[in-house]
Amino acid sequence: MATREVISTGNELSALAAVDAGCKFFGGYPLTPSSEVMHVISDLLPKVGGTAIQMEDEIAGICCVIGAAMSGVRALTATSGPGVSLKAENLGLAQMAEVPLVLVNVMRGGPSTGLPTRVSQGDIKQASNPSHGDYRSITLCAGNLAECYTETVRAFNLADRFMQPVIVLLDETIGHMHGKAELPTVEEVEAGIVPRKTFDGPADEYFPYECEATEPAVLNPMFEGYRYHYTGLHHDKNGFPTEEIETCRKLIQRLEDKVMAHQDEIESNEEFMCDDLTGEEGEVLIIAYGSVSLAAKEAIRHLRANGIKAGLFRPITLWPSPATRIKEMTDKIKNVLVVELNIRQYTEEIERASGRLDLEGLYKVNGRAISPHEIVTKVKEVF
Amino acid sequence: MAFNYDKYLRLEKMPTLWCWGCGDGVILKSFIRAVDKLGIKQDDMCVVSGIGCSGRFSSYVDFNTVHTTHGRTVAYATGIKLANPDKYVVCVAGDGDALAIGGNHTIHGCRRNIDITMIIINNFIYGLTNSQTSPTTPKGMWTVSQKAGNIDPTFDTCELAIASGASFVARESVTSPKKLEKVLVQAMQHKGFALVEALSNCHINLGRKNKMNSAMANLDWIDSITVSKKKYDTLSPEEQLNLLPTGILKQDTEADEYCDMYAEIRKVHQGERAKITQDDFEKKI
Repeated sequence: MATREVISTGNELSALAAVDAGCKFFGGYPLTPSSEVMHVISDLLPKVGGTAIQMEDEIAGICCVIGAAMSGVRALTATSGPGVSLKAENLGLAQMAEVPLVLVNVMRGGPSTGLPTRVSQGDIKQASNPSHGDYRSITLCAGNLAECYTETVRAFNLADRFMQPVIVLLDETIGHMHGKAELPTVEEVEAGIVPRKTFDGPADEYFPYECEATEPAVLNPMFEGYRYHYTGLHHDKNGFPTEEIETCRKLIQRLEDKVMAHQDEIESNEEFMCDDLTGEEGEVLIIAYGSVSLAAKEAIRHLRANGIKAGLFRPITLWPSPATRIKEMTDKIKNVLVVELNIRQYTEEIERASGRLDLEGLYKVNGRAISPHEIVTKVKEVF
Repeated sequence: MAFNYDKYLRLEKMPTLWCWGCGDGVILKSFIRAVDKLGIKQDDMCVVSGIGCSGRFSSYVDFNTVHTTHGRTVAYATGIKLANPDKYVVCVAGDGDALAIGGNHTIHGCRRNIDITMIIINNFIYGLTNSQTSPTTPKGMWTVSQKAGNIDPTFDTCELAIASGASFVARESVTSPKKLEKVLVQAMQHKGFALVEALSNCHINLGRKNKMNSAMANLDWIDSITVSKKKYDTLSPEEQLNLLPTGILKQDTEADEYCDMYAEIRKVHQGERAKITQDDFEKKI
């Protein structure tokens, strides 16, 4: 794999990734700690013939992105938790009408205005269901600088593959972290672009929402001779509102199944120093994601130097969760410590997946990062 | 020969869900005639609607159509237009949609002067949800949420649009379909944000409880509160009170249009970035 080195921050890398992945539209609203995404992409997009606009509010930010995406272009918005709350209703429309877009959420302390300039992972549950109703979110979480780039690229490809919003979670620490990242070359990113499917037969044989039970809608770009209808209402094969019982059931079931039937295309995990974990007494499995995983890795090196066999399981795709792999890992290893910058938000999903209620947790909600030392101390204390 | 609307209608969606005698059908037909007069190709137009009775407008016309969330038509349309500056983008919204929940987007669409035509169908009430007060419900009228009579002051849609920077602002009512068609032609021809307030009747959910029990009675009331701009300008301030002028109220062809301004930015920077380099980042940091 050809690579290049860039020295930058997480937020900037995610903006750069969007442009390299073919994004041609950005709409957003200033929100700490995500604003640098807008700052950088508003410089870059005009240079590649794209458009970046600062809208009047968070809601307009997502709406114009959905509009641009409906018309056929790759589109991005970036915000933080309070902005996701405001965008929630329209994220729901994008789920329902199957409009692909990428939302970068740089997490800060919540709830409400919270701690605007401090780190948190408080939006994990929100990311799984930001809007009302039934649908499956796809949420990716960057665990280092390079992933701010690669996961944003992957998000665009997944959005077009599954025709729905994809959320990329950064957190304040990783968004503002400044350092060297080894990135794939632009050529490689471009070669990996999987554009959305289109229909090229006669217009009267085109039914955008008529598809296999586990596949997304095929939505052609606007203004190209295929006129159909977008709505947030339950809709028929042409996109028109309907209350026909079977059509409604099938539609919502398909929104669920198009994601869950293809989890193998979406799931991504890192297993760090797990190879020699065999299930012996005394082994420790740490589960962490995002910037916390950096501290966890450092902690694991310390623990191993002190004779404690520890490893990290890091989900990169948080939603849908890697439930099967979590079950395998937690079945094997008795001592499990979940480390999060929130109170049990992902732990509850791990409990669900593992069927275990005896997981240990280290949770921090004061806006400060967790240090490797705190993790080491916790491991020594509880196991 | 009578005008044939079929080409522009999704006939399989007929009849509409609008009540018998509703003015929205008059607006729909006036809009279609205006599009036909301008010779706009159906593939080259996107119609964006919001929520409410007016929200169904987009599903009845055979263009690229989007039925958005409540109040957000202009925000969606802004994305569509900026990504496709050479296409026609039309918003259709009701008074509650455009002026209450979506008021912010309406004023900022006007301010940006982006080349979108916005039709605000003002029937002075929330019709679809059964008679709640809207920002244009006249004071004193019965609504289901203010049964003792509305005490909320009203917005003047066109004054709001003018003050916010829209470069084309007009008002007509469904009692003058020909005039409505004419201002819609001019609005769509206009380069910039063009707002047309189309006054419509809702004898079912406004009229019934306010002594306008039929479509005709409701339409007569609309006629009684409107007067042509030409005549309006000759009236004294006292006489102008509670009257709404109709016709073109503002037309500024010199104002900078948003997509044009953005195209200038692109022109300046186009091709500067073939590939991102470390230099780009060092400049920024």
